[in-house]
Amino acid sequence: MELSHQQLADLYYRLWLIRLFDAAARRLFMENKLRGTTHTYTGQEAVAVGACSVLRPDDYITSTHRGHGHVLAKGGDPRRMMAELLGKATGYCKGKGGSMHIADLDIGVLGANGIVGGGIGIATGAAYSATVRGTDQVAICFFGDGASNQGILMEAGNMAALWRLPIIYLCEENQYAEFSPSRPFMAVEKLEQKAAAFGMPGVTVDGNDLLAVRRVVGEAVARARAGDGPTFVVAQTYRVEGHTVGDPLTYRPPEEAEQWRSPERDPIQRFGRKLVDDFGFTSAELKGLHEQAQQTIDEAIRFAEESPEPEPADLWEDVLA
Amino acid sequence: MRELSYRDALNEALHEEMARDPCVCILGEDVGRYGGVLQITRGLYEKYGEKRVRDTPISEAGFVGIAVGAAMTGLRPVAEIMYIDFSTLAMDQIVNQAAKARYMFGGKARVPLVIRTQGGGGRGNAAQHSQSLEMWYVHTPGLIVIQPSTPYDAKGLLKSAIRNDNPVIFIEHKLLYNTTGPVPEEPYLIPIGVADVKREGSDVTIVATSRMALLALEAAEQLAAKGIQAEVIDPRTLKPLDLSCIIQSVQKTGRLVVVNEAPLTGGFTAEVTARVQRQAFDWLDAPIMQVAGADVPLPYNGRLEMAAIPQVRDIVDAALSVCYREA
Ligand SMILES: Cc1ncc(C[n+]2csc(CCOP(=O)(O)OP(=O)(O)O)c2C)c(N)n1
Ligand SMILES: [Mg+2]
Repeated sequence: MELSHQQLADLYYRLWLIRLFDAAARRLFMENKLRGTTHTYTGQEAVAVGACSVLRPDDYITSTHRGHGHVLAKGGDPRRMMAELLGKATGYCKGKGGSMHIADLDIGVLGANGIVGGGIGIATGAAYSATVRGTDQVAICFFGDGASNQGILMEAGNMAALWRLPIIYLCEENQYAEFSPSRPFMAVEKLEQKAAAFGMPGVTVDGNDLLAVRRVVGEAVARARAGDGPTFVVAQTYRVEGHTVGDPLTYRPPEEAEQWRSPERDPIQRFGRKLVDDFGFTSAELKGLHEQAQQTIDEAIRFAEESPEPEPADLWEDVLA
Repeated sequence: MRELSYRDALNEALHEEMARDPCVCILGEDVGRYGGVLQITRGLYEKYGEKRVRDTPISEAGFVGIAVGAAMTGLRPVAEIMYIDFSTLAMDQIVNQAAKARYMFGGKARVPLVIRTQGGGGRGNAAQHSQSLEMWYVHTPGLIVIQPSTPYDAKGLLKSAIRNDNPVIFIEHKLLYNTTGPVPEEPYLIPIGVADVKREGSDVTIVATSRMALLALEAAEQLAAKGIQAEVIDPRTLKPLDLSCIIQSVQKTGRLVVVNEAPLTGGFTAEVTARVQRQAFDWLDAPIMQVAGADVPLPYNGRLEMAAIPQVRDIVDAALSVCYREA
C-alpha cells in the first residue's frame, strides 16, 4: 500500500498528536486536574499509529490502561478525550470513565482497560463476531509485555487459532511492567515464541519504526481479512516515562530512557527523518504539522476546561441498557 | 504510645511473622524488589530473599493458585492482590479451591492462606479500581474476611490472620494507608471475630466497617454537638461477625445505623439489619437505618464519586432520623 504525501503527513501529525496529548495529560495531572492515575504512551507512538494506519474505520481495537495513543491513532477525538480526563460531561464516557477507560464504539474502539489483559477476550470476541456476521472486519488487540503473562491470552489465543479468527494480538514490548523490567518475568527467550503455543504465526518488529510496524501489521491484517486467521505481533519499543505520571522511576537508571529519547531511537524523529530523506518532505512542513498538532491539543484543553461537569442525577444513568 | 501509619503497621506485622515462622512467604506483583506498590512489603525481599518473597508476573489466577497449593502443603503464604478488583481474576482459586478444600475433603485439608488486598473508592480510580467486593467473600463459606480501620487493628489482625489455619481475605482500604494511630512496640495479637467499640455512647449504635468506621467517628462528634451520644462499633472481622457485641449495644441504645461502603443491594448492612431485628427486635425503638454505596459502578468524576460513596453527612442524617430528630 503506497501512501500519498497527504497520508504520510497525517501519520506524522498523529504521532505528534499523541505525544502532545500525553504531555498535556501529564501537566494537567501534576496540576491536580485529573483524578486517579494516568499513564503516558510516550515513546511508543509509532506502534499505535503504524498499526491503526492499516485499519478501516469499521475495524476494531481494544486498548489498555496506557490507552490514549491507541484511541488517537484509531481516530479518536482529542477534545472528547481531554474532556474525559477532566471528568466532564462532554467526555467520551460522560466523565464516568477517566483516563483509563476511554472508548469510542462508533470508530471501533472497544475501550481502554483498567484490567491488565482485560481487552484480550473482548478483541477476540469482536473478531468472532465479525465471522458470524459475515463481515471482513478485523480486530487488533493491543496489550503489554506484562499482560502477556495473563492466563486469558492462552485461552483466547487458542480459540482464535482454532477458529481462524481475524485478529492481531499486538504485544507492545516496552520492557517494563509497572515498577519492574518485564524480561525477568518471561521464561521464553523471545516473546513471539508464545505464538507457537497458540498455534499461530509470531512476528517481531521494531516498534519505533512506523513504516515497519505498518508493513508487518498490514500483512497480518491482510491474512486476517482473507480468512487465514490470527497473528501474534511483538512490537519492540520502550516506555520512556514512568509507569504512571508521578512515578519517581527509582528502579532504573536515568540514562536508559535518555537513550530512547535520542534522535536515533525516538519514533517521531525517526519517522520525520524518513519523510525528509525518502519522501520529499521539508523540515518546514514537519514543523507545520507539529504546530498543527499542538493547536489541536490546545483547543482540546480549552474545550475540556470550558465543558460542564456531569449533573448529580447522571450518577444513576447508564447502569443498564 | 508511639504512632504508626496503617502502612507501617502492616509492614511491621509482615516482618514479625516472617521472622517468627519460616513457612510464611509472600507472593505478588512488585512485592519484592520494589517493596510493593503500596510499600507494605518493603524490606522483606532484602531480608528473606527471593524464595520467600516472590515477585510474580501479572498472573493473578496463577499466583493465587500457587499460594493455595503452597498453603495446602505446609506453607503460610501471604499473597498480595494489588486491588480487590483484580481478585476476580483469581476467583476460582479463592472460591472453588481455597474456600472449599477443607470441608470438601472431609476436614483433612488445611489452607492457612492470607490474601491481602485493598479496596474502596474515593480517589477517582473509577470503576475497575475502586470496588468494595468484601461481601462476595463474606458470602462464601470457608473464608474469613477481615477489614481493619486503624493501624493498631491492621497489625494485630494481620498477624492473627497469618497464624490462622484458614483462608483469610484481608482487605485494606486505599484511603487508610497514610492514616496514623497508636501501635505498641511490644508484640500483640487481635483475635479474629471480635468487634471493637471505637466510641461509647448511649443514644444510637453505629456499626461501620473499614474506612466507614472513621467516618462514623466523625459523625459521632457532630452528633455529640447536637446532644446525641453515638456508640461506634467496628466489626473488624466481617466473617465471622461478632453479632453479640452489636446486640449488646443495641440493647443499650435501642437504635441502629449500619454503614458499609459497598453497594446497598445484597450487602453488609442488609445482613446486619436482618440479624439484629431477629435477635433484638424488642429493644429497637426505631427502624434500623442502612447507609451504603449507590448501586452503580464507581464513576471517575469527583462529584459523582462522592455521591456514590457514603459521606459523614449521610451517617449523621441517618442517626438523627433513627433518633427522630430533625437534620
Ligand atoms: C489484572 C491486573 N493486575 C494488575 C494490575 C496493575 N497494573 C496496572 S498496569 C500494570 C503493568 C502492565 O504492564 P504491561 O502489560 O507491560 O503494560 P505497560 O504498562 O507496560 O503498558 C499492572 C501490573 C492491573 N491493572 N490489572
Ligand atoms: Mg510493558
